Amino acid sequence: MYDKYNIWGNDPKCWKTPIKPLEEKWKLVPAFLQVKGLVKQHIDSFNHFINVNIKKVVEANQLVLSDADPLFYLKYLSVQVGKPDIDEGFNVTKPTTPHECRLRDITYSAPITVDIEYTRGSQRIIRNGLLIGRMPIMLRSSNCILTGKSEFELSQVNECPHDPGGYFVVRGQEKVILIQEQLSWNKMITEEFNGTVQCQVTSSTHEKKSRTVILSKHGKYYLRHNSMTDDIPIAIILKALGVISDQEIMQLIGTDPDTQNRFAPSLLESFQHKIYTQQRALDYMGSKLVVKRFQTSGSKFKTPGDEARDLLATTILAHVPVENFNFQIKSIYVALMVRRVMTAEVNSAAFDDRDYYGNKRLELAGSLLSLMFEDLFKRFNWELKMIADKNIPKIKAAQFDVVKHMRPAQITIGLESAISSGNWTIKRFKMERAGVTQVLSRLSYISALGMMTRVNSQFEKTRKVSGPRSLQPSQWGMLCPSDTPEGEACGLVKNLALMTHITTEVDEAPVIRLAFNAGVEDIRLVGSDAMNNTRVFLVFINGNILGVTIDLQRLVQVFRMMRRKGLLGPFVSIHTSHFQRCVYIHTDGGRLCRPYIIVKRGRPMVEQIHIDELNSGYRKFEDFLHDGLVEYLDVNEENDSFIACNESEINPETTTHLEIEPFTLLGVCAGLVPYPHHNQSPRNTYQCAMGKQAMGVIGYNQKNRIDSLMYNIVYPQSPMVRSKTIELTNFDKLPAGQNATVAVMSYSGYDIEDALILNKASIDRGYGRCLVYKNSKCTVKRYANQTYDRIMGPMKDLVTNKVIFKHEALDTDGIVSPGEMVVNKQTLINKEMPAVTSINPLEQKESGSNPVQYTAVPITYKGPEPSYIEKVMVSANADEDFLIKILLRQTRRPEIGDKFSSRHGQKGVTGLIVEQEDLPFNDYGICPDMVMNPHGFPSRMTVGKTLELLGGKAGLLEGKFHYGTAFGGSKCKDIQDELFKHGFNYLGKDVFYSGITGEPLEAYIYSGPVYYQKLKHMVQDKMHARARGPKAVLTRQPTQGRSREGGLRLGEMERDCLISYGASMLIMERLMISSDAFDVDVCNTCGRLAYSSWCHNCKSSANVSKISMPYACKLLFQELTSMNVVPRLKLQNY
Amino acid sequence: MGDTERPRIYLEEHKIKQDPNDCGMADEPWDFETFKNNFRIVIVRCDSMEMEFDIIGVHPAIANAFRRIMLSEVPSMAIEKVYIYNNTSIIQDEVLAHRLGLIPLKADPRLFEYRSEENEEGTEHDTLEFELKVKCTRRKDVKDSSSFDTIYKNHKIYSGQIKWIPKGKQSEIHSEVSVGPIHDDILISQMRPGHEFDLKLLAVKGLGKDHAKFSPVATAFYRLLPEIKLNRTVSGKEAFLLQKCFSPGVVGIDDNDCAYIKDARYDSCCRNVYRYPQLSEAVTMSRIRDHFVFNVESVGALKPSIIFLEAVKVLKMKCRKFIGQIESI
Repeated sequence: MYDKYNIWGNDPKCWKTPIKPLEEKWKLVPAFLQVKGLVKQHIDSFNHFINVNIKKVVEANQLVLSDADPLFYLKYLSVQVGKPDIDEGFNVTKPTTPHECRLRDITYSAPITVDIEYTRGSQRIIRNGLLIGRMPIMLRSSNCILTGKSEFELSQVNECPHDPGGYFVVRGQEKVILIQEQLSWNKMITEEFNGTVQCQVTSSTHEKKSRTVILSKHGKYYLRHNSMTDDIPIAIILKALGVISDQEIMQLIGTDPDTQNRFAPSLLESFQHKIYTQQRALDYMGSKLVVKRFQTSGSKFKTPGDEARDLLATTILAHVPVENFNFQIKSIYVALMVRRVMTAEVNSAAFDDRDYYGNKRLELAGSLLSLMFEDLFKRFNWELKMIADKNIPKIKAAQFDVVKHMRPAQITIGLESAISSGNWTIKRFKMERAGVTQVLSRLSYISALGMMTRVNSQFEKTRKVSGPRSLQPSQWGMLCPSDTPEGEACGLVKNLALMTHITTEVDEAPVIRLAFNAGVEDIRLVGSDAMNNTRVFLVFINGNILGVTIDLQRLVQVFRMMRRKGLLGPFVSIHTSHFQRCVYIHTDGGRLCRPYIIVKRGRPMVEQIHIDELNSGYRKFEDFLHDGLVEYLDVNEENDSFIACNESEINPETTTHLEIEPFTLLGVCAGLVPYPHHNQSPRNTYQCAMGKQAMGVIGYNQKNRIDSLMYNIVYPQSPMVRSKTIELTNFDKLPAGQNATVAVMSYSGYDIEDALILNKASIDRGYGRCLVYKNSKCTVKRYANQTYDRIMGPMKDLVTNKVIFKHEALDTDGIVSPGEMVVNKQTLINKEMPAVTSINPLEQKESGSNPVQYTAVPITYKGPEPSYIEKVMVSANADEDFLIKILLRQTRRPEIGDKFSSRHGQKGVTGLIVEQEDLPFNDYGICPDMVMNPHGFPSRMTVGKTLELLGGKAGLLEGKFHYGTAFGGSKCKDIQDELFKHGFNYLGKDVFYSGITGEPLEAYIYSGPVYYQKLKHMVQDKMHARARGPKAVLTRQPTQGRSREGGLRLGEMERDCLISYGASMLIMERLMISSDAFDVDVCNTCGRLAYSSWCHNCKSSANVSKISMPYACKLLFQELTSMNVVPRLKLQNY
Repeated sequence: MGDTERPRIYLEEHKIKQDPNDCGMADEPWDFETFKNNFRIVIVRCDSMEMEFDIIGVHPAIANAFRRIMLSEVPSMAIEKVYIYNNTSIIQDEVLAHRLGLIPLKADPRLFEYRSEENEEGTEHDTLEFELKVKCTRRKDVKDSSSFDTIYKNHKIYSGQIKWIPKGKQSEIHSEVSVGPIHDDILISQMRPGHEFDLKLLAVKGLGKDHAKFSPVATAFYRLLPEIKLNRTVSGKEAFLLQKCFSPGVVGIDDNDCAYIKDARYDSCCRNVYRYPQLSEAVTMSRIRDHFVFNVESVGALKPSIIFLEAVKVLKMKCRKFIGQIESI
C-alpha cells in the first residue's frame, strides 16, 4: 500500500544501498518492558476504569428520581476512587498494604466516594465524599500504594520488587481476572451457517447487547433478531426504517442489473404482504414481536407498531446511533449487510474468518469490572428509588433523607464476591459467566507471571471444532505459539507474547473530527447512489459507518502521519479492505497490538544513535513513539503492512516495518527454553506447562508469606544457558532449578522410560533439596449469645503430671511455638468452642447460672512426616475475630520417585540414587550429578537440550553465561571453539571410567551441565498404602482416597480377571470379607431380614438363620423395603 | 618392561578400542613374581592438600578399589548433631544444620572412635563439641555508610567463628590449633541486627558412604596415562595446528618447524585432532591400560598420603575379613 503512494517520494534507486544491521536492537525490548511491564495490559485497563470509565458510568446513571415525589431527585456530581485502606470501626480508617491484606485475610480495597446533590423535603443539599462502596484495588495500579515505589520502599512494605502486580487481594487470596477472548462486537461477520449465507453483528453498547442476523433464504433476504418470532423480510425492515419507495431501497442495495435481479424477489415479498408505508411495515413487525411475559409497570400502553419502532431504534443493531427516530444510518447499515450477504453468495472469498485475530477483542479486568460496577450501581440506585417511593408518602417527624438509606455494603460485597468466586452475573445483559477469576498460582515466579498473561477463550471446551483451537497465522507475535495446555483446553487457553499490548479505549470524537478534515464525507450528506459507486470507500469507525471517501490513500496516510507525530493516540489504528471497499478506523479497547520499528524508504527509522541514546539513558521507549521511530500496529493494521524480520529482509520498495526482535513472539514461559528453535515444537509446549510446576523462588518476600502451600528450593541457581527473555522477566533473579552435571549414558537399567539416576553425594551436598511450607489457620470467634471461643493451655496427664503427647508441641498459651517439631495427630491450636452459640431465650435463662459448656475443636497436624513450625501469626481479620495462622515447614531431600525435568519438556522420575563411587568419572575426576538415558533424545528430537549442555559446559570453562535465545543465541561452532580452547573435546564428549569396574568406558560420554527443574510432584505427597483403616459410615466399606487413608479399589476389570480365572474365594475375600462383611439374620419362612434371631414379620424365631453378606447388600434390601419392594432371600444348605 | 609390551587402549574418533593383541588382564595368569617386577608406585607431587602419584602394573579393579575406599570408607570427622537453642536468622534450622555438617573439620579421625548407638551425649573419645554463639548488632558509632560490613557487626557468619569446647581430657590431647574448621572463611549465614545463633555442634566420626560430609577427600580419582604417537612428520602450519589440538606442553615444535611429542602425560585426551580431517591420520592416541595416574585431593583433615595409606589399611582389613570368612566355611 505504501509503495505506490509514497508521499515522501524519493528516488527508489538510492534506497538499494545495503543496510547495516542495528546492533543491540533488542535493547528496545527491555525499554518497552520498563514502561509497559509484563502485565501492563491488566494495570492499564484497571487504571482506565477507575480513573476514566467509572466517571462515565456514574454520569450515565447520574439521576435517581422517585415516582412518589416529582420534586425529589438525587444527582451524582462526581465519583472518586481513593487509596486502599482498612476500616477499623467507628469510621476510623488506616492505610494498608497488600501484604497486610494477604496475611490478615482481608480485601485490598479503596473507598468509592461520590459527590451528590439531592433534595430533602424542599431543600437542595450538596454532600461531598459520600461512601457508596469499596473497590478492590489492583496491585500496582494508579491507586495502589506500591506504584512508583523504589525497591527499598517496596521491601519496607514486604513486597517483592519483581512481583508484577495486576491482581487483586480479596479476602486474603490473590485473584487474577483472566483475559477473556471474545468475538469483536459491532462488527459484521459474513459466514456460512448450516448452508445459509448470513451476515451477523453483535451490537454492544452500555445499555444493550443484541445480535442481528441478515440471512438469505430461497433467494430472498431476511433479518433475524431474537426479539422477533419470525424472520422479517428485508424490504419490510427497510420500509420500517423509512426507506419507503422501492427505488430508494434498490439504490441503497445497489443498482447494477445483477443485484437488481437478485433482490427483486425480496421486493416482491413486501408487495405480497401489501406493505407500502412505514406504518404498515412497523405494524407488520409489531405482529411478529416476541410477547413479553411481564408488562413493565404498565404505565404507558404502546401499540405494537410503536413498540416495533422502539425496537428498531434501540435494540436491533443497537450500536448504530438513532437520533429522534431518524433511521437513515441504520438503513444504510442494514443495506450494507444485505450487500455483504449478496457478495458472499457469489464469491466465497467474501466470507470472514471468525478465528482471525483482527475479529477478536480481549476483555480485561477494567472492562469486566466496569460491567459489574455499573450493574451494582444501577441496582443501588434502583433500591434507593424503591426506598424513596416507599418512604416519601409516609409522614414522619424527620424529613426523608436519602443519604441515610445508602448502604455501601451492597456494592462492596457485590464486587468482592464476584472477584472471589469468579461468577460474573450481569443482570442487564443476562450474562452469566463462571470462572472469570482464578487464584494466582504461586508455585513459582514463572507460574504467577504465566497466569497474568493467560487468555481464556469463551469457546466451549466440549465442542469438537478444530478452528478455534488451531494456531492462527494472525496470532504471530501477539500470542505465544508454544504456551497452551494439553488436553481439553488445548488451543483455547493461550498466552500473550512478550511485547503484546492490549489497547484501552480512546475517545472517538476527536478522531471523527480528524477523519472529516482528512477528506471523509459525512454519510448523512451522501446520496445512496454515490455510496455504491466503485470508486468510493466507506469509512467505519469502531464498527459504525462514518462516511465515504474517494482518496483513501490520503486518509490513511494522514492518519498514520498524525499518529506518528503523536497527534493521535498511539493505539488508534486504520486499515483498509479493498475487497469490501472500506476503511476501518478503530479506537476501541481490547485490540491486540505490538510495537514495530518504522521503515521508510528501505531504512529503519531507528538508527544506531538512537540505541546509543537509549543505552546512555536519555531516551525512553516513549520517546521512540513520540519521535515516530516506532509505532504500535494492531492485528488488522499488521495485515496491511510489510514487516521484515531483520534488516537483510528489508525490501526498499515494499517494506514498511521492521520487527524489533523475533524472540518476542514467544511468551514468558516459552522464553525460558534455551534454543527453542532447535526443538520439536510440542517439547516447547510441554516445557511451558512444566515450568509452572517447577520449584524455586517465588519472590523476595517469600519468607514473609503464609501461603496454604509453598514450595521452595534450598539452593536455587540461575541457569548456565540463558535467554534474553530470562533476563527480561527476572527469572535469573528468581530462578526455579539447578544446574546439574549430566552424563548422557545408560546406567544400571533403573533409567528406562526417562527415569533419572541421581548421585547420592550430590544430594548430600544439597542438590534438589526443597522446602515445603503449609499453613493451618483458625479464627477465634465471638458469638451472638455473648460466648467466645477459647484457647486452652496444654493438658497434663493426671498420674505422671507430664504434658500429654498430643499437646507436647504446645506453648503455655495453647498455640504451638515456633521451631517445635510436630508429628501426626499432634495439636497445633488447642481451641475450644462453646457448645451453645445461638441466642435461644429459653436456654439462656437456664444457662444463666450454669457455666458455659465447651467442646474441644483442636486444630491438629496431619501427615506421615513430621513438620517444623516456621512461624505463628496472631492477628485479626475483617470481622474483628482473632485470626491465628501457623506456618509449617518440611525440608525434603530428593528420593526415588521425585520428578525432575529439564527445560525441554523432558521430564523423568528418579529411578535410582547411586553412591558417588559407583558413578562414572572422567579424567578431571568429575562425577555426574545425574545420569540421563540417551534414549530420551531420538524420538523427542530436543536438539536444544544437547546445545544447552554444550553451551553450559563451555560457559563453565570460560566463566560466562551462554545465550540460547530463540532465533539467536550462541552459535554451536563458537561454543565448540571455546571447548577446544580449554582442552575439552569439541563435541562435548569425554572419556569416562566406570566407577564399578574401574575400566574406561568404551564410548565417549556426552556430559556437561543442564538446568534441571524439580517439579512439585513428590512421592512423599503421593505414597499411600493401607492394610487396615477407616470405613465409611453409611456403607461400612473402606473409605476412598489418600487423604482419608482409603483403600485401593479392586475394580470391575480386576474383578473380571478373577472371575475368568475362577478364583472365587479370592473374590469373596476381596469384595466382602476385607470390605463390609456383615452377619445378618434371615428368616427362611418369609425370606426377609430378621433381627437378633427373631423375625418381626413371622413373629417367630423358628426358621431364622445367620448368614454373612456385604453390608451394602443389607442396606439395599432395607432401602428397597422402604420403597415397598420386598426382596426375599431363599436359603439352602450346600 | 619394554615399551611395546605395555597394554594399551586406543582413542579413536568415536570410541575407545582395545588393542587387538590384548586379551585383557582378567585372562592373564597372575604371577606374584612378575607382578612384583612390574608393580611400581611413583609419587609425582605431594603436599598437604593434594597428591599425584602413579600406580603402575596393577589390575584396574585394585586401583578402583583404592579410589572407592578413599571416597567412601576412610573415616573422617564431621558435624552430625546440631542443638539449636536459638536461631532467629532467616535460615531454616534444617538448612543451617545441613550447612554446618558440610564444613570440613580439622581433627584426626584416627584419634577418635565411632560413636555407639545407645550413647546419646557422646564421650571425649568419640565426640568433638563446638559452639556457635553470635548475634548481629548495629554498630552505634558508624552512621553514614552503605556497606553492611561497617554498619552491622556479625552480619556475615563464617566458619571461623565456630568455637571448640574441649570435652574431658580433650584439651590435653589436642591443641586449639589442631581442632576446628579447616577453612575459616566459609560463609554460614548472613544476618541482620537482631538475628542470633546459639548452637551447640557435635562432631563425630563417620564414613563417606553414610553421608558425603564424612568423605575425607574432595575427590579421589585416577586416569590412565596418555600416550601420543606421531605417524608422520607434521610440519609448518599443520604443526602449529596440531600443537593447538593438544594441551599446552604436549606437542613441541623443533627448529625445523616439525612437531614432536614432548610430554603426553598431561594431555587432556580431548581428541580434538579429529576436528581436522587432515590431521586425524597423523597421530595415534592411546592410553596405557595399567598405568593409573592417581589424584587425591584432601578435604584438609588428613594429608592425602595418609588417606591413601588408610585406604590401603581398610582394603587390607577387608581382605583379612574376607579370608577369614572363607576359611571359616
